[in-house]
Amino acid sequence: MDIQITTDWYLTLAAILFSLGAIGMMIRKNVLIMFMCVELMLNSVNLTFVAASRHFGSSDGQVAVLFILVVAAAEAVVGLAIIVSIFSKKQSASVDDLSLSKG
Amino acid sequence: MIQLGGFILLALLILLGAAVVIFAKNPVHNAMGLVLTLLSLAALYLTMSATFIAMVQILVYAGAVMTLFLFVIMMIGVDKEEDRKESIRGQTFLVLGVVLLLMGVLTYASIISGFRWDLLFPQAGYVVEGTPDSVASILFTAWVLPFEAVSILLVVATAAAIGLAYDRNKREL
Repeated sequence: MDIQITTDWYLTLAAILFSLGAIGMMIRKNVLIMFMCVELMLNSVNLTFVAASRHFGSSDGQVAVLFILVVAAAEAVVGLAIIVSIFSKKQSASVDDLSLSKG
Repeated sequence: MIQLGGFILLALLILLGAAVVIFAKNPVHNAMGLVLTLLSLAALYLTMSATFIAMVQILVYAGAVMTLFLFVIMMIGVDKEEDRKESIRGQTFLVLGVVLLLMGVLTYASIISGFRWDLLFPQAGYVVEGTPDSVASILFTAWVLPFEAVSILLVVATAAAIGLAYDRNKREL
């Protein structure tokens, strides 16, 4: 028996990965780990794009993945710079200590 | 058969890495789990004939971004224990509810489509090799405007990172 790996296998994997990222975003308090969960969600979207590119037989999806990679890299640079500058003021990386603008 | 086995092995590695990212206590272990996920995803892209994307994934994500993450983890320190107390009342139940909702939507979508999500869009009969050649030929023609916009974004991000790291009181980086 030969089972073909169709697009929905990849889509299901991407959906599970996205859910895991979203769960981690909600249950963790360390800013760095929340950041990593954002990366997980971005990667699940990348997987969706590559699967769609394979499905439709065009390279457009892979170009979109390239753009997401660049945006993720820029986001990591700025986000980590913010984390470092906050840490040098507050000596903490927990989101509970960053509630200045809670109203 | 070997295709199916490879997919399942890679999918298990990806999900294992993601689980480590969520549940590990030590931030360095979380980062290592993320590296496992990213490398397994790159291998999965290779099996999907997206060669260029796989290489860029390893270079940019598993290489540059993860180095940056580990660098910041080392700067901030890994010895602090994360406190587990709820700052919003009923937080755990809210998360549980959202998880159940997500899984419910996923199951519903799977069942009503008979576990075929791609029925609406017929699959192309051929496979596009994602070589640098084929990606670049689209990137520098149809997508050239977004490409330029992304270059502006990179410059802005660099400037923002320098501006955030600059300490006005010390007048040095």
